[in-house]
Amino acid sequence: MNKFAVTINGQGTIAVDDTLLIQDAPATAGSRMLEGFTPLFSAEVVDRLQQKGYQIAGKTHVGEFGLDLVGEFSYTAPQQGTLQGAAALAVAEGDVQAALGVDMNGATRRAAALAGVDFLKPTYGTVSRYGVISCAASGEQVGVYAKTAQDVAKIMTDIAGHDPKDGTCLKTETYDYTPAKAEGKTVAVVKNLVAKADDGVKAKVQAAVTALQAAGVTVVEIDCDLFALANTAWQILMCAETCNNVSRYDGVKYGHRAANYKNIDELYVNSRTEGFNFLTKAVILYGSDVLSKNRYKDCYDKSLRVRRVVREAVTKLFGQYDALLTPATFADGYQAYEVTEAFGKVFTESECTALANLIGTPALATQGVQLFGKAFDEAGLLGLAVALEKKGE
Amino acid sequence: MKYELVIGLETHVELSTESKIFCSCGGHSAANEPNDCVCPACSGMPGMLPIMNKRVVELAVTAGLMLNCEINRYTTFDKKNYYYPDLPCAYQITQINHPICVNGLVNVKTSQGARDIRIKQIHMEEDAGKLVHSGNSSFVDFNRTSVPLIEIVTQPDFRSAEEVVTYLNKLKSMFRSGGISECEEGAMRCDVNISVRPEGSEEFGVRTEIKNMSSFEAIEKAIQYESQRHMDALEYGTEELVQETRRFDDVSGKTFAMRNKETEADYRYFPDANLMPIVIDDAWLEQIKADKPVAVDEKAEEYMAAGISQKEIDLLLSDGKISKLLDDTVALGCDMKDSATWILTDCAGVLSKAGKSFADGVVTAQNLSVIIKMVADGTINRNAGKKVLIAVVEQGADPAAYCKEQGLDRKVDASAIEAVIDGVLAANPKAVEDVKGGKLKAMGALFGACMKELKGAGDPAVIKQLLEQKLAQ
Ligand SMILES: [Zn+2]
Repeated sequence: MNKFAVTINGQGTIAVDDTLLIQDAPATAGSRMLEGFTPLFSAEVVDRLQQKGYQIAGKTHVGEFGLDLVGEFSYTAPQQGTLQGAAALAVAEGDVQAALGVDMNGATRRAAALAGVDFLKPTYGTVSRYGVISCAASGEQVGVYAKTAQDVAKIMTDIAGHDPKDGTCLKTETYDYTPAKAEGKTVAVVKNLVAKADDGVKAKVQAAVTALQAAGVTVVEIDCDLFALANTAWQILMCAETCNNVSRYDGVKYGHRAANYKNIDELYVNSRTEGFNFLTKAVILYGSDVLSKNRYKDCYDKSLRVRRVVREAVTKLFGQYDALLTPATFADGYQAYEVTEAFGKVFTESECTALANLIGTPALATQGVQLFGKAFDEAGLLGLAVALEKKGE
Repeated sequence: MKYELVIGLETHVELSTESKIFCSCGGHSAANEPNDCVCPACSGMPGMLPIMNKRVVELAVTAGLMLNCEINRYTTFDKKNYYYPDLPCAYQITQINHPICVNGLVNVKTSQGARDIRIKQIHMEEDAGKLVHSGNSSFVDFNRTSVPLIEIVTQPDFRSAEEVVTYLNKLKSMFRSGGISECEEGAMRCDVNISVRPEGSEEFGVRTEIKNMSSFEAIEKAIQYESQRHMDALEYGTEELVQETRRFDDVSGKTFAMRNKETEADYRYFPDANLMPIVIDDAWLEQIKADKPVAVDEKAEEYMAAGISQKEIDLLLSDGKISKLLDDTVALGCDMKDSATWILTDCAGVLSKAGKSFADGVVTAQNLSVIIKMVADGTINRNAGKKVLIAVVEQGADPAAYCKEQGLDRKVDASAIEAVIDGVLAANPKAVEDVKGGKLKAMGALFGACMKELKGAGDPAVIKQLLEQKLAQ
């Protein structure tokens, strides 16, 4: 499989998902809609890495606009079969040392778990979103794929911190990602999520529990319905925000423009019909619906209220536990789905991941499982990942 | 039956800021060519995020204070979704849920007396670009996209076109003098909501909205036409009134219904997650209040008290730069009424003759105050003062230095005057003889010769006295 949409430097050690901009490198976010678009500037995270001396190897394929969890929805996918988290694979196979991805709904974490590498979605506001081909502004965040927690920590240190070009970026200049000691911590396994997973995933969770216990971590089991609630709310918010953010792709200024149109309305409709794939179109329809006058209060506004409720409840949970252990995906591997089934899967699979996007807390996919932590406790999660890497040895 | 007009106004005002509302591009007025003032942010490219221009908040708050509004200390932005090629992101950033100012009040004085117009809210938003049509093609110019606007929404409190125009003129002079907006052609645009009801009725009639008018004259005509249309419909049943959006055609002087598509749009407003809520704390609000220029009403009273005529006051307040020049000149120690005359008569005349305006800044409070003071304390006479002003405007002269150079200074020391007198007397022995012989007429000729030699410098009384002394010797 060709993992790179654009190769930049054959000697490079960092891959960058195509949802992030690199100056002069074609950027499509996996969509035909952005065909031929070349940005005038690089994402802040890319600039920071280049200033630190990292070489960018190239831009890795993503599912359209980074929303695709199941690997079916990319303009580049039909030519390559199912698109299996290209950046995660590039890291797993040693093509690069690490990669940057944009976590909109957990597609990056799912890809990492399936490829057997780490992906950290940091706390919202800690990493600049300048230069992200944005979809879900209130929950998306740039994160790092790497083989080890130490490598994740190293790259995170280099990209995180205040950026005046992003109004949602917090004022803190630097963060400490040094993995914290795992011993003595308490981790809660979310039983009801594990129960829904394939056997292979259950085995990975069990292995993680064993490894944590061996490292002196107390492991307890809980049931938690917040994940399902968060998934529904985030689905609504993410679709609404995406519908709005991709509305600028209209065929007028850049990207794909239909060859045939008789007036401006046809230019819009034909360009967008040709440019977007099924998933994005469905997201646009869904997002447009939840924002409409009649539905706003019961859908969008309610989801904002759910976000507050979930945040409070999760904060309470983190008063009792240092982290939550969950699957990063219910499925133990990529499967080929029929297109409408695949669309459904995107929103059932995201039950494992969406909570972190909804409330902005950090989440780490590692060793095929996932750890959720409280805001700004990336170091705690990375410490637990170090314990998991030892696999109880 | 007698009818009453009920009118509400939404007025968009372009703010005078150095940069756009969410990026650092200069305002479009600086642009020469289409798309001169454009960056990836205001042309809707992916990857760019809006960064709030603090000055926009300050000007919006200042406008709110001038219109007696409550300032919302917590204010947020929303997105308004619609597709149009001049709107590069296909959404406009505006304020719906937490506008920056609410519940204001403006007093409007017309021939029918003074009435209060309630301001519902003032919110901040970005402007759209513009389309240029040429033959079969259309082009888009993004110079105006993201230029900051405030929209001032009134309650339906106007009862006549005269009140509306008076209100708009008042906003214009307030905003100009307050540095909020230049209010140039097209920088103030109005949507007029209008309905008509039988006099004495408490219920509102069917309301129509006339969109996007920028000339006050057109607004007045549109209100007259539209209210007559409503009254005819009510009185004679000429047509059935429906709630709709209309546009005013300047040429025919009539209003026309716009396509329904544009009026029934659902804009799908929702909060903009890229812009954090703005919190205006006490310190910031106090700072804005301290910087706020005195309201036009108060200013007018102050000028009135100094004995300046109403006509002059109107002139002074028609342009913030003129009233500021006056205020600054007074602050430098000049008399207010005297300075007003200098500004409105002398400066205005000299500037216009030189093809310049107050905006060019050639007449500063500093150099004007020097001239006024020299005239006031008798250093130079009024005519000489005007001469200095001309030199300032035309050659950029320094007033004090110019007086010395040209010998306009009347405070020439006595020995210099004596030397000149001696010279004149020596050169005119015949006249001296005549004076000494009692022909006092010759005295005038000698005095004139001295004055000529001194080129207007020196105090005439002193010169005359010295001349008499010399002749008596
Ligand atoms: Zn710009």
